Amino acid sequence: MSDLFQCSVREISEKLKKKEISSVELTQKSLEQIHKTEPQAEAFLTVCEEQALAQAKKADEVLAAGTAQSILTGIPMAVKDNICTKGIRTTCASRMLEHFIPPYDAAVMEKLNGANAVMVGKVNLDEFAMGSSTENSYFKKTKNPHDLTRVPGGSSGGSAASVGFHEVFYSLGSDTGGSIRQPAAYCGVVGLKPTYGLVSRYGLVAFASSLDQIGPLANNVEDCAFVLETIAGKDPRDATSVDSRKADFSSGLGKGVKGLRIGIPKEYFGSSLNPEIKEKVLNAVKALEKEGAEIVDISLKELDYALPAYYIISSAEASSNLARYDGVKYGYRAQEFDSLIDMYRKSRTEGFGDEVKRRIMLGTYVLSSGYYDAYYKKAQQVRTLIQQSFVSRFEQVDAIITPTVPNEAFRIGEKTDNPTQMYLEDIYTVSINIAGLPAMSVPCGKTSSNMPVGMQIIGKHFDEKTILNVGYTYEQIRGTF
Amino acid sequence: MITKETVQYVADLARLSFDETSIEKFTKDMEQIIGFADKLGELDTEGVNPTAHSVPVYNVFREDEVKESFPRNEILKNAPEKDSEYFVVPKVVE
Repeated sequence: MSDLFQCSVREISEKLKKKEISSVELTQKSLEQIHKTEPQAEAFLTVCEEQALAQAKKADEVLAAGTAQSILTGIPMAVKDNICTKGIRTTCASRMLEHFIPPYDAAVMEKLNGANAVMVGKVNLDEFAMGSSTENSYFKKTKNPHDLTRVPGGSSGGSAASVGFHEVFYSLGSDTGGSIRQPAAYCGVVGLKPTYGLVSRYGLVAFASSLDQIGPLANNVEDCAFVLETIAGKDPRDATSVDSRKADFSSGLGKGVKGLRIGIPKEYFGSSLNPEIKEKVLNAVKALEKEGAEIVDISLKELDYALPAYYIISSAEASSNLARYDGVKYGYRAQEFDSLIDMYRKSRTEGFGDEVKRRIMLGTYVLSSGYYDAYYKKAQQVRTLIQQSFVSRFEQVDAIITPTVPNEAFRIGEKTDNPTQMYLEDIYTVSINIAGLPAMSVPCGKTSSNMPVGMQIIGKHFDEKTILNVGYTYEQIRGTF
Repeated sequence: MITKETVQYVADLARLSFDETSIEKFTKDMEQIIGFADKLGELDTEGVNPTAHSVPVYNVFREDEVKESFPRNEILKNAPEKDSEYFVVPKVVE
């Protein structure tokens, strides 16, 4: 691997501006790295060489004219394949959308194209973003950059792996219950889920609309901040996107954590947590304390209820969102059927994989007459309690730190037989989506089997700045591991 | 208790079908997942308002302006079966 790919976005942008390297050369190197790495990594579903080189050429023109407005200009990146890209196939890693070519760009793509970013390809995920290992992809099994026999996490496994294998400088993922943070932790990269409403979901293929958010994965905290400020902002095409204060997340990152109150919820450090991960995360907390942060013990006692509430709400929304795949307007259609209803049924049965079917079934069940109050309404009430619990804790503290996941990346195939076992990997991340808060996973060490550990930094609504600052401060002091 | 009949009924609602072996597996999986969801029953939610959205946004309106939509041929490009103007589906009326 070329040293170039160890560079941060800031460093590589400097090189581009000083003409030490052109965007076309950089893009060619990224494509070379992809061709070399992909046989093992299997992170990409589509590599768009031609479009990428055309974008790079345009970026070079902008750079030559000195009119580059963005630090991301000319830098190669990858996009999760559930984010619509005009003219480039967007599959959601599903047979259902194997040949789907969107006629439009997602809002985040418009913003990145406007910044003259260079998209080299679309990356793998669990089918329709449902899963925690990327093993639910219809197409391929992406590997963990630190151990090829292990999963990269999911559902944004391709996004995390493409950064971890240094194929690109950053990527976009989506996070409904941990799908950016959990793979970031497993692959040893930084991943940020923004506050619900900060980034437009227009053009993100819907899984659970009240929980989904698009966010960046990158090698370091500052790179994430650069990407976030590029993609954030209100968009009339997503009625849930909100007007946030000026999207400036990268300035003032060096201001430190002196006097900042950081909450440590005891429930997140219980017996189900791998002791090595517990130690690494608590060491990181100690390091921040040494920098002047005030550590506050807190309690978030709804933790055990977040996971069932999440699976009910997200599956209910998924069953409704995925009703649109009927084999009529786009997507897979079965070859043989004897009526319209039969065509719907066979197209959906053949087009969806097992995990997607499980979620649709669960969602349909909890929304069906007679069960609605017991499950769906109950889960929404629990959602209120979880949200209130966070809001009241945030009166005491400025940020909360927890582990991102209870375990290190598991082996490919290890958890595919037991869906609820797999769901437990999301235990620390789902409540953040339920409450709509921003959270980021930052690498904070390695286990004895040399697998990365991530700590999760959670912030108040629209207070990405504080969590970025905490993550950045920690990065400066953590040393190497 | 999730029975095979329940799974069959839900599958009909969701426009999915399962053969004999997969229905066994899905019944088992559903049983397990619902068992896991039943934990919520422990929590007292009497009088708690349900939350559908984490960020309070109400009544987002926009001007009702006529805007250009996608050209028909662009949209038909992704259709599994079409003629020059329509999506084609199996015959529904005799």
